[in-house]
Amino acid sequence: MINHMRVLTTLLLAFAILDSASEPAYAMHISEGILPAHWAALWFALAIPFVAWGLRNLRIRSKEEPYLKALVGLVGAAVFVISCMPIPVPTAGTCSHPCGTGMAAILIGPTLTVVVASIALVLQALFLAHGGLTTLGADILSMGVIGAFAGYGVFVLARRLGAPWVVAAFLAGLLSDWAVYAATSFFLAAALHGDGSLTGMFLAIGVAFVPTQVPLGILEGFLSAGCYSFVHTRRPEFLGMLNRGGAL
Amino acid sequence: MRKLLVSGTILVAIGVIVALLVAPEAQWSGIDEAVVNKFAKDAGRPPREPYINPGQGDVLLFCFLVAGAIGGFIIGYQYRGLFPPKATSHGDSPHV
Repeated sequence: MINHMRVLTTLLLAFAILDSASEPAYAMHISEGILPAHWAALWFALAIPFVAWGLRNLRIRSKEEPYLKALVGLVGAAVFVISCMPIPVPTAGTCSHPCGTGMAAILIGPTLTVVVASIALVLQALFLAHGGLTTLGADILSMGVIGAFAGYGVFVLARRLGAPWVVAAFLAGLLSDWAVYAATSFFLAAALHGDGSLTGMFLAIGVAFVPTQVPLGILEGFLSAGCYSFVHTRRPEFLGMLNRGGAL
Repeated sequence: MRKLLVSGTILVAIGVIVALLVAPEAQWSGIDEAVVNKFAKDAGRPPREPYINPGQGDVLLFCFLVAGAIGGFIIGYQYRGLFPPKATSHGDSPHV
């Protein structure tokens, strides 16, 4: 009965979160038609090898870690929900969403994060008009690949520099979020700068993201630190291979 | 975990209240409209309609609710298997 109540509470919480989104808010998801075909194709070509690498790692690691598929399912569902949850940001008067890929990368590894982010982005593009189908490659590359590897890289670097794991997890979430939006700014600038300066447009778009993404990045840092802290306390064995550096 | 959930809920609630008080006139549009679409339109490449458009109004709301329900169910189901309730201090098995 208690477990039924927990599942019901989780469902109601998810309802409440997503109920606030009566219109699609793409945020870092690049909408259909914005990228020219050659840029869209390039980002697809760069993203696909990472997805393949992630699928290969999932197959290999799930033989060694029996709990892995359940953990990937849990983290993947969390990334899906987090990355379509618009949050009002008072400093900007706009809404945007966290990405969740920094948090995912320090729990299941960056390559598996690319897989779960890709699945989340495909579902969002197909059923929620949340990001475009032709821009899927750019979205996977920014949120999945760059978000995951930035988060994981920052976490590993911070740990090697002697930072406590909770600080390292916070930095992973924070800088992963900012890296995703920096990458999105670059993708947009590369496609849209025309005869103007690429650097100038990249900086203009990046600066326009700042009022929203600085506070959201901090929120994502706390989210990552909280989730990592919970798993580290309750089931530290889940993080064993990642902490030993044995799994990407 | 309970403390974390309560703290998070309180923080989000405070954030929403502060947001509404600080900027009551704000439109709360997505950052896609405020930033991405603005630059795209200026560059002559405005976004087009999605190839698969789930519709507007309540149909889109329905899609978000179904997505939230499925995501929430998966989170709850996997959480239950990965983080089972702790046994009581008397050595009883956890509630099932």
